[in-house]
Amino acid sequence: MTVDVGAEPYEGPVVLPDDASLGPEVQVDYPGYRSTRWRAPREPLATLPEELHRLDGPVFGESAIAASDNDLTRQHEGEPLGERIIVQGRVLDEDGHPVRGALIEVWQANAAGRYRHDVDRHPAPLDPNFSGAGRLLTDRDGRYRFTTIKPGSYPWRNHPNAWRPAHIHFSLFGRGFADRLVTQMYFPGDPLFPYDPILNAVRDPRSRKLLIARFDLEATEPEWALAFEWDIVLGRSGAATPLEERS
Amino acid sequence: MTLPRTPSQTVGPYYAIGLCRRYEGDLVPDGIELAGQLLDGRGAPIPDGMVEVWDAVGRHWGRSGTDDQGGFRFRVPRDAVVLEALVFARGLLRHQRTRIYLRETEDDVLAAIEPERRETLLARPEGEALRFDIRMQGEGATVFFAH
Repeated sequence: MTVDVGAEPYEGPVVLPDDASLGPEVQVDYPGYRSTRWRAPREPLATLPEELHRLDGPVFGESAIAASDNDLTRQHEGEPLGERIIVQGRVLDEDGHPVRGALIEVWQANAAGRYRHDVDRHPAPLDPNFSGAGRLLTDRDGRYRFTTIKPGSYPWRNHPNAWRPAHIHFSLFGRGFADRLVTQMYFPGDPLFPYDPILNAVRDPRSRKLLIARFDLEATEPEWALAFEWDIVLGRSGAATPLEERS
Repeated sequence: MTLPRTPSQTVGPYYAIGLCRRYEGDLVPDGIELAGQLLDGRGAPIPDGMVEVWDAVGRHWGRSGTDDQGGFRFRVPRDAVVLEALVFARGLLRHQRTRIYLRETEDDVLAAIEPERRETLLARPEGEALRFDIRMQGEGATVFFAH
């Protein structure tokens, strides 16, 4: 698939200046990410009554999870190539309460920057020992933890010589329907940050930092794996009922 | 104490690896088929999108990736009136929220929308099934809600 951005060439900057007033909101019509051009809604958004912002959402239990889902390095006969890492953290609501039993789905490129997907034509090798997908549930303290390999950066055709910083995709179901979040976790110190329109579509620099994991020496396993910590904060739509009253 | 929320990022083109490992479009086994196309502002199919629906009354959930014609497909409860729906795609930095009305009805949500745009939220019968297209932009653009 080519990245079809329409007839009009985009001549503007790939990355716009910071704008702290936007807070955690991503700018959905960010022009430097060219696929937004024909896909981001242009009409003003309609409003929903308050009760629809507070709907409960689907709940997934242990049955959604298979044994190897929290270790992406053990889903095949052999081990994948790459730098073995542990990714862990907590899922919290805006009040700092843990979100328990949240379903997290992750997916990523392999160490060479290639996804196991028909559409990915990047001429980097596939790894027969790496599928790149995992599933987790947060525990009573909102904690999650999985083992994987560090994904590679890869080129994409958004603009000339465009490369994505290394990232892991995260999808989360919180307590409330409105707490649904799909996002990406980045690795500290990636030199590609200033050039990436997807990351920089979060124009508030402090909010952007929330997408970058912290290297966590304490959590590393000596002689085995490096570790990164990344906490995720969801909305509080499900928090109308105090946490203590939830089973 | 209020913690800042983690910002959204696009699902990208490869979401199926993580989110569509198997078909999860049947909310109930014997439901009525609800199918449609996800279309961009030029009317072109969005082949790398995903729709999630939630029947908040019956507590049934499902999702469907789109095919190369932008097509998605569910089986939904025959007695449901409205489904909450989320749209994900490459090019959508945050998912969009809409509602799919499975039959004509009146409520506060519809009443707050300009009459000429209300029909974008109404599925229409097509044979034994229901049809609901989602247009991201342009003429007949689906109403999306702030969320």
